[in-house]
Amino acid sequence: MNEGTRPRGWVDRLLALNAWVVYLFFYAPIVLLIVFSFNDNENVGIWTQPSLRWYGEMFQDERVMGALRNSLIVAFFATIVSTVLGTMLAIALERYRFRGRGTLDGIAYLPIIIPDVTMAVMLLIFFFQAFGMLDEALGINLSAGLLTITLAHIAFCISFVAIVVRARLSQLDSSLEEAAADLYANRWQAFRKVTLPLIAPGVAGGALLALTLSLDDVVVTQFVSGAGSTTLPVYVFGLVRRGVTPLINAVSTVMLVASMVLVGISLGFQRGAEARGQRLADPEALLEEISAD
Amino acid sequence: MAAPPVTDPEVTAPVTPELEHAAGKAEARRGFLIALPSFIYLVLLFVIPLGLVFVYSFATRDATGQTVLEDWNLESYKRLFSTEVLEIFLRSLVLAALTTGICLIVCYPFAFYIATRTPRVRNILLILVMIPFWSNFLVRTYAWRVLLGSEGPLSQLSVLLGGEPFRLLFTNVAVLIGLVYGFMPFMVLPLYAALERMDWRLVEAARDLYADGWTAFRKVTLPLSMPGVVAGSILVFIPSLGAYVTPALLGGARTVLMGDYIVSQFLAARNWPFGSALSFAVMFVMLLATIFYFRAGAKTL
Repeated sequence: MNEGTRPRGWVDRLLALNAWVVYLFFYAPIVLLIVFSFNDNENVGIWTQPSLRWYGEMFQDERVMGALRNSLIVAFFATIVSTVLGTMLAIALERYRFRGRGTLDGIAYLPIIIPDVTMAVMLLIFFFQAFGMLDEALGINLSAGLLTITLAHIAFCISFVAIVVRARLSQLDSSLEEAAADLYANRWQAFRKVTLPLIAPGVAGGALLALTLSLDDVVVTQFVSGAGSTTLPVYVFGLVRRGVTPLINAVSTVMLVASMVLVGISLGFQRGAEARGQRLADPEALLEEISAD
Repeated sequence: MAAPPVTDPEVTAPVTPELEHAAGKAEARRGFLIALPSFIYLVLLFVIPLGLVFVYSFATRDATGQTVLEDWNLESYKRLFSTEVLEIFLRSLVLAALTTGICLIVCYPFAFYIATRTPRVRNILLILVMIPFWSNFLVRTYAWRVLLGSEGPLSQLSVLLGGEPFRLLFTNVAVLIGLVYGFMPFMVLPLYAALERMDWRLVEAARDLYADGWTAFRKVTLPLSMPGVVAGSILVFIPSLGAYVTPALLGGARTVLMGDYIVSQFLAARNWPFGSALSFAVMFVMLLATIFYFRAGAKTL
């Protein structure tokens, strides 16, 4: 970008005004929600005095805490499994040529395009059929619960992880991996010492995206969760449909702050890993890394 | 560290085509094996379920409302053309198109503004877009439920200014606001990416050839940023059309959209075959819209 092409005068001022309006639109509802979560009044709309009352009630609410625990368990396993599978998928699609690659490429992107309502419907019918068949064939009686939620979350997270990691891989010069091979690194060493550190920001970004998606999901979870296995968003969604309460404001604020912390970590990760990636681009540092063990 | 093996060019075996072929096959097998776990997972929990929805859309229901996989028929698809369904379809399409249009009109100048700042300022502005983009969708929609309610701050403000209290909640307008708010970041990011990647020297060249600012924008910047416009529009249109959380929280009984209509078929009406047919109809419309948009985008290039 250079000075000659940058808009000037009133055009630039209009653009700036538009930008401020957009930012106000983005943040005003969020800020208001946070402010009202500290309101002491039972009635959401009327401000009396600031207090932490609703946060206290939130921590004592067993259903909220139970749903939070479920959310964390599901998100933990869904993130780990989908990050490993998604990274492997990205590497295979980006670095190898094999039969069926085109088909797999198509399948890998579909879960991103398909709306979550459809995804939810698909998995509901699938688990219903699978459980019926298992019951008939083996007499195993399974029901929907944390396991089905986790399996469903993995199904839609894999693709997102794969996309993020693949974007990173495609920017990478494969000559660095070849250089490692020339320096007598075996495949595993080349992967662990060169490829993995270089794609680490992508993997971390993908993992955080998977974590966020899993922690935020309402629709799919609502369809595949059984009685007594609600996650926090599903529980809150149910409460909200019945009306607005100060307690929901407090829970929402906590969820909001949690996702903002995740963005912060993600951005920090990317900065740090970029510096490390630049270090590896130096041939001597590369040789040192490989010969370290 | 083990000493590197001695390699003498004269000692190494000559590379024959057979050897190369075998190495290529081994490489292909390795790639396939790395992809295999994800492949199995996606087939099991994505491809097969998608096929099941298709099969269910032709099934029938017995007297108790249970779906029976026999007496295959097209009843569910016929029902798609009833006035009730067509009305919901039309409303969803209009709202999704309006959402996409509003996002595009507001976000293009917005993305343009970010892309024309210095790198430092640009980074800060982008992070400020990323935060709502990553924030919990349910919570962000809920915030509007608080804002638009009859006791909400907007209504109170109106009373304070001497006006009438009003309630936008449970109307089409509320759903539209929620959709725009929810999906706007999906429009900003592709537009910004396209504008940032652009070769701005082309704009300079246009200016050197005595094009005024507006002409240079229309003839150079806009066509070059078309991929961003197409990508952003698809990313906003598709989730808007299938939205469930937004109409469920901000809409009323008379503002049912495709998303919550499908959900109600499964969770309330227990009509799985009809719900399945609806899902396929929505996917079909999305596919059509995407193809149409890509065509239109390609033409302007």
